[in-house]
Amino acid sequence: MSGFWSRLISLTRKEFRQLLRDRSNLAIGILLPMVLILIFGYGMSLDVKNAPVAVVMEDASPTAHEAIAGLQLSPTIAPVLLGSMHDAEELMRERKVDGIVRIPSDFSRALAAGNARVQLIVHGADAGRATIILAYVSGALAQTAVRQADRLGSTSGADAPPVGNVTVEQRMWFNAANTSTWYLVPGLIVLIMTLVGAFLTALVMAREWERGTLEALFVTPVRPVEILLAKIIPYFGVGMLGLALCLLAARFLFAVPMYGSLFVVVFSSMLYLIVAVSLGLVISSVTRNQFLASQVALIATFMPSMMLSGFLFDLRNVPTAVWVIGHVLPATYFMDLIKTLFLAGDVWPLIWRNCLILLAYAVGLLMLARAVTRKSLD
Amino acid sequence: MTALIDFFARVANLCRKELLTILKDPATRAILIAPALLQSLIFGYGATYDLTNVPYALLDQSRTGAATELIAHLDSTGVFHRVATLRTQADIREVIDTEKALLVIQIAPDFERQLSAGQPAPIQLILDARNSNTAGSAAGYVNAVVERYNAELRTRAGAPPTPLVIESRAWFNPNLETRWNLLPGMIAALSMLQTLLLTALSVAREREQGTFDQLLVTPMSPLEIMIGKALPPVLVGLVQSSLILLVAMFWFGIPMAGSLVTLYTGLIFFTVASVGIGLSISAVSANMQQAMLYTFVLLMPMMLLSGLTTPVRNMPHVLQVITLANPLRFAIDLVQRVYLEGVGLGTVWHNLIPLSIIAVVTLPLAAWLFRNRLV
Repeated sequence: MSGFWSRLISLTRKEFRQLLRDRSNLAIGILLPMVLILIFGYGMSLDVKNAPVAVVMEDASPTAHEAIAGLQLSPTIAPVLLGSMHDAEELMRERKVDGIVRIPSDFSRALAAGNARVQLIVHGADAGRATIILAYVSGALAQTAVRQADRLGSTSGADAPPVGNVTVEQRMWFNAANTSTWYLVPGLIVLIMTLVGAFLTALVMAREWERGTLEALFVTPVRPVEILLAKIIPYFGVGMLGLALCLLAARFLFAVPMYGSLFVVVFSSMLYLIVAVSLGLVISSVTRNQFLASQVALIATFMPSMMLSGFLFDLRNVPTAVWVIGHVLPATYFMDLIKTLFLAGDVWPLIWRNCLILLAYAVGLLMLARAVTRKSLD
Repeated sequence: MTALIDFFARVANLCRKELLTILKDPATRAILIAPALLQSLIFGYGATYDLTNVPYALLDQSRTGAATELIAHLDSTGVFHRVATLRTQADIREVIDTEKALLVIQIAPDFERQLSAGQPAPIQLILDARNSNTAGSAAGYVNAVVERYNAELRTRAGAPPTPLVIESRAWFNPNLETRWNLLPGMIAALSMLQTLLLTALSVAREREQGTFDQLLVTPMSPLEIMIGKALPPVLVGLVQSSLILLVAMFWFGIPMAGSLVTLYTGLIFFTVASVGIGLSISAVSANMQQAMLYTFVLLMPMMLLSGLTTPVRNMPHVLQVITLANPLRFAIDLVQRVYLEGVGLGTVWHNLIPLSIIAVVTLPLAAWLFRNRLV
C-alpha cells in the first residue's frame, strides 16, 4: 500500500511539473475562465432593454400621443418618433430599429368611434427579442385601449354595469432582479468545469498516446490505475482553481446570490469535475490522436453543455429526441444542480437526485476509462 | 511565365498533400462531416426560446365558475399542463423548488366577487425564475390568455368592446421561430469551430514531427507554403457550411431569401479570415497541444461575442468594440441578413471589410512567422 502512495505522489509531482511547464495549459486553466467570467457577466444578456422602436405618428392629435405615452416611460423599449412610414421601413431594413408602431392618420376619430387600428411590425431576425417587444408593445397599447373604452362607456351615459377585469400580479422567484446574469454566471461554472476537465484532459492524454509516452509508462512497475490517478489530479486541481475564480467573481463582481450552502456547491462541483476528467480520459484513450481527441471533446462536451444542458434553452420545450440527448449528458444534471444551489437554495430532493446521478456517471466513466486503458496494453 | 507556372505547380502539390493528410484517415473524414450535420439537426430542434410545454400548479381558493373558466382558457392553449392542484399556500414552495411546476397560479377566495363587482380581480402568478428568460416568456403567455379572457368578459357584460385593434406582424420570420435565426448563424459558427482547429494544427503538427523544417528547405517560399496550407481548410470549411445550409433549407425548410452568390462571397471572405487566424496560431505554437489550447482560448470568446446566442446590441460598449476583431460577428450578421432578409452585397458589403482586414493581416503574418520563428 505504501508503494502505491509513494508511486502516486511522485508521479503526480511529475505531472504537475509537466502541466506548469507549458504556459498554454495555464492559459486554458486560468486565463480562459477569467475571460469567460467577464464576457458572461458583462457581455451576454438576453434581457431586452431600450430596444429602439420607430413610432410613426400619422395622427398628431393629443389622443394619439396619449396612446403611446405608455411606451415612452418603459425601460424595455426606446421609442423613436418619426413622420413617415417610409423612413421607418428604411430604418428597419438597416436594422436600426427592432420594430415599427404605426398610428394611422384617422386614429383619434376611429378611436372615438370604437374601431381604431394600430399597426405593429417587428423585425423577426432575432425571434426571441421580437417576441418580447411584440408582447410588450401590444400590452402597453391594450391598456390604453381599455382605459379609452371605459371612458367611452361613461361618456355615452349608458347605464352599462362596470366590468371587472382580471389582473395578473407576477412574482419572479429566485431571480428578483430578473436579470439573465444571475443564471448565466452559475451556468458558466458548468462550462468551465467541462472545458478544463474534459477538453484539457482529453488533449493532454491524447498527446501522450500519440507520442507513445503512455505506453512507455505502462512498462514501468507503476500500475495503470496509478498512472490514471496521477494524470487526473493536476487537472482536477486546475478545475478547482477555475471554480474558485468563478465563485469569487459571482460573489464580488456580479453579486449573484448563493442561497445554497457553499459546501454542497463545492462538493457537487468536485463530483462533476471527476465526471468531466474521466470523460476526457475515455475520449483520449479511444481516439489516441490529438486532432481527433480535440474535435471529439469539443463536439461531445463543450457544444452540448452550452446548447443542450438547459443553460440557454429550456429543455422542457424541446422535442423528445433532443430531450433524451440532453438527459444523457452529465452536464444537464450539474446545470440543474448548480442553478438551484445558487438561486433557490438547498432543495434536498434535487440535490440528492442529481448528485447520485453524477456519482453514477463518475463511477461508470472511471471504470470505462480504466477498461479502455487496460485493453490498449494488449 | 515559367516562374508563375512553377508557383502554381508547387502550391497545387502542397495542397494535394495537405488534403490527403486531412482526408486519408476515415475517422478524420467522418469527424469533418458528421458533427456538422448532427449538430445542425440537434441544435435546430433543441435551440429554441419558444415555449411549448409549461407545467403549472393551480391553487384555486375561490372555487368559482369564473376561476374555472379562466383556467380552461389556459388549458386550451395546449402549452400549459396542470401537474398539481394545491390546497394551501404552503404547498407552493415545494412544487416550485423541486421544479415540478414552472409556475403556480393562485386565485384568491374573493376573486369572483371582485370581478362581478366590476373591480379588478388580481390573480397571483408565481414563477420559477432560475431561468429568467423562460419565466418571462411564460408570464407573457399567461398575460395574453388573461387579456383574451378580459375581452370576453367585456363582450358578455355588454360593455363596449376595446376600441383598439393591434395588427401585428413580423418581418423576415412570420412565426417568430428561434430556429430561423439560429440555423443561418450556425452556417458560419459551426464550420469555424472545426476549420480553425484544423488549420491551427496543420503547421503545429509538422513542427512537432519535425517535417516543417524539411518543408522550409524545399524550394517553396513562405508565401507558397502559406497558400498551400490555407486552401485545403478553406475548402473543408466551405463544404461544412454548405452542409448546414442544406439542412437549414431542406430539412427545416427555412426559406433562403437571398442569393447564393452573395452568401458564398461572404462565406469565402469569412473562411479565409478564419484560416488566417488559424495559421497565425499555428505559427506561434511550439506544438499541437499549444495550438489547440490557444485556438480554444480564442474560439470561446469569439463564439460568445458573435451574436449567435445573445445579441451584440445587448453588450456593453467596450465589448461591442472588441467584437470588431471577431470575424464570426460579421459573418453571422452577413449570413443572417442574406438568408432571412434577402439583402444583396450592396447592403452587407461593410461586413466584408473587417473580414478582409483580418485576412490581410493574419495571412502574411503567418507566412512571415513560418520563416522567422523556429521554435
